Amino acid sequence: MSVNNPEYDFKWCPGCGDFGVRRALEKSLTDRKIATELPMENNVVVAGIGCSGNLVHLLEGDRPYGFHGVHGRSLPAAMGIKMGSPDLNVIVVAGDGDFLSIGMEHIAPQAARNLNVTAVIMDNAVYGLTKGQSSPTSEFDKITSSTPYGKQEEKINPLKLYLEYGVSFVASMMSSKIKDLANLINIGMDHKGFSIVHVQSPCTTYNDTYQLLKGNKKLGIAPIAWEIPEAHDKSDINAAHDIVDKGGVPLGILFEDKLRASFDENINKLNEKVKPRNLDKVIESFSI
Amino acid sequence: MRFAGEGGQGVVTSAEGFAQAAAQEGYHIQTFATFPSQIMGGPTWTQTRISTSEVLSSGDALDVLVAFNEEAYNTHKDEVKKDGVIIYNSGDFEINNNGSSIKTLGIPFDELAKSTGNTRASNMVVMGALADLVNMPQSILETFVTKKFTRGRPNDEQIISSNIQALSLGKSEIEKNNFHLGELSKSKPPKYEQILINGNAAISVGALAAGLDVFIGYPISPATPILLWMEQRLIGNDKFVHQSSSEIESIIAIIGAGYSGKKAMTSTAGPGFSLMSEGIGLAWMTEIPIVVINVQRGGPATGLPTKTEQSDLYASIYPAHGDVSIPVIAPGTVEECFYASIKAINWAERYQGPVVLLSEHALAERQTNIPKPDIKKIKIENRLTYTGENGYKRYEGEKLSPMPIPGKPGSYVANGSEHDDWGDTTHLPQRHIEMTNRRFNKLKLLENEEYESINNHNEISIMPWGGSKGPVQEAYKNLIEEGVEIGWFYTMFLNPLPKKLLDELKEKKLIIVPELNYRGQWSSILRSYGINAKSITQYTGLPFKVNYLIEQIKKNINLE
Repeated sequence: MSVNNPEYDFKWCPGCGDFGVRRALEKSLTDRKIATELPMENNVVVAGIGCSGNLVHLLEGDRPYGFHGVHGRSLPAAMGIKMGSPDLNVIVVAGDGDFLSIGMEHIAPQAARNLNVTAVIMDNAVYGLTKGQSSPTSEFDKITSSTPYGKQEEKINPLKLYLEYGVSFVASMMSSKIKDLANLINIGMDHKGFSIVHVQSPCTTYNDTYQLLKGNKKLGIAPIAWEIPEAHDKSDINAAHDIVDKGGVPLGILFEDKLRASFDENINKLNEKVKPRNLDKVIESFSI
Repeated sequence: MRFAGEGGQGVVTSAEGFAQAAAQEGYHIQTFATFPSQIMGGPTWTQTRISTSEVLSSGDALDVLVAFNEEAYNTHKDEVKKDGVIIYNSGDFEINNNGSSIKTLGIPFDELAKSTGNTRASNMVVMGALADLVNMPQSILETFVTKKFTRGRPNDEQIISSNIQALSLGKSEIEKNNFHLGELSKSKPPKYEQILINGNAAISVGALAAGLDVFIGYPISPATPILLWMEQRLIGNDKFVHQSSSEIESIIAIIGAGYSGKKAMTSTAGPGFSLMSEGIGLAWMTEIPIVVINVQRGGPATGLPTKTEQSDLYASIYPAHGDVSIPVIAPGTVEECFYASIKAINWAERYQGPVVLLSEHALAERQTNIPKPDIKKIKIENRLTYTGENGYKRYEGEKLSPMPIPGKPGSYVANGSEHDDWGDTTHLPQRHIEMTNRRFNKLKLLENEEYESINNHNEISIMPWGGSKGPVQEAYKNLIEEGVEIGWFYTMFLNPLPKKLLDELKEKKLIIVPELNYRGQWSSILRSYGINAKSITQYTGLPFKVNYLIEQIKKNINLE
């Protein structure tokens, strides 16, 4: 049941990281509405399939537009929406299964184009909605319902991949830091080009990583999440790689290329260079 | 006339050049081409048919074969009529023709071209020879050459004169040997303006005329020319054209564009169409207008990329899982390609959903003269849009409703999961019933289109679809002249069928459906409507021949 629609019957499990991501997105959309004076309907939230994708139905407050398509294809949909109507602000919300397994093939082309959308990726390293199968970010040897004797694939490193593909804005965060996350999403939405905010969003049912992320002094567990130092040069791609290489879950902006033009800007430039074709003349060109 | 040889020898330019010159003189022409799936070389042939009246098919037996190499001669010689002529490239090979009634003449195409100083003029040698063969004045070709090579470059004149010289050399080869193939009747130029165009281009121009905003496609034979055409011409403010990274990206991206309020389209062929199935289901479910052009080629999987077939009809109407019935428009002629493209976009806007424009290789590569379209007479339709305040239930009720446009009030979720009237996911049985009814009810908006019904006092009728229309029409005309009692039905609106046509078909004793596939796809669909339909099938990768059709139709009505 959602606040907007009593009939809607989907629920996240108690404690799900996606609650935090939802609240962060609500905050950044509201902030943006105030800052830009554009109505909430200027925003389109494109959702993947999985637990995380249901965020689009669960948003509280003013309703943005939503697009809840098919598994793995949130980026192509976002591309069509943004390039069809470049004045819209387009946000992708998807999980690690949707974005990094079935949808992986769509990241590189959008990075190459620098599509001007913001992707908020909820990574819980498991397929939750289908009840606990392994995902590309599950650990090697991890026991899940689809890997009963241990996962025999190395886990991928999404941040490393984004940087290699040339995504022009890469940030990393965890779902419990709602204010920081909202802030990163806002910066991502303001960024001209393809921005990804990769969020560790634990699954309390199948892969509860809260303790790992935050640590537990009593049990002697050191947190794997760490703040990226202020001094980090965000425009330096090598420094960004160094951050990833340090391991764990860095929190903050790894990389930000402010100089590169976005896809819609480049297309606009082309359209200014080439003269539009008049229909009569096009038909005339086939005259016998 | 068939021109056969190796890719790159001037086969296509000779055929199309001769056709274009004839069209400029007021003849009706049609070319049919089949290419190898490789960049350089490989056996290729193009056929050109010229007439004083409309050309319905590319013709059965050959009056003239132009063989650019020995392999081409061996492959095609048996299709030449008894009183036909074979012209061959004697610089390349010699043939022994003793005993055959077919006249043969060797001309050293390349050597003669070289003697003009323009090695690329071999095709002109061929064209000059052919013109003389049918007593076509050389001035027609000279006008064509002058028009073609006047490009505002410093060496225009030199190129034109060497080409004209090549024409004369070809002509004198025929004169020397005193060859003749009757005389081409004088052309009867039509009173209206004409254009010379092929099916792919006609579809592209039609889409532009219908107000297309966004085109996203991925290269695939034989649909690639549509993508290339759009990349060149779908330019300007608020327009977007792009080559995607896959057919999956194409289909989902145009759905995104359609959702954002734009008229969006993609083009593909068999393999790409298969990849698009899930996306087409998504557009159906979310009620978003899009058009998918499927230029059919042969076979499943990679199949026959450069051959023709009509075997994607089932896949076009039922591409996706679940209950869907996708509107399909299948043009039968190059001229219909233009109007079908406009209709496809209009249909998508009218019923708010995906439409498949089903073309085929034989139409895509067919050059023919058609009346110049009058764009003032074109009716353009735009979707019903929502103009109220927020709080709108986009999917309320079991009928079409106005569509909100992102950026404006009326936010909703376009949802590929079964949904309630807001677009939020639901599993309630009642909602699935309502929404399924809603999606199918909208098809009723498409049931009033035009169709052809001739001589239908007869009990038995023939009903081709798609690109087989031309050859079947030619066969039908021959049968009528023979006094055979048979009717004619035709429409490019295959799904949903015009309601009145469906009623008429149900009254008939037998509907004969010639179609280029193994399973008899259209006749089986007609039978599912309670119509007694039977197919004449062919699956060679080539179009129907008229004589084969006449023979088969007669068999089906027990005349033989």
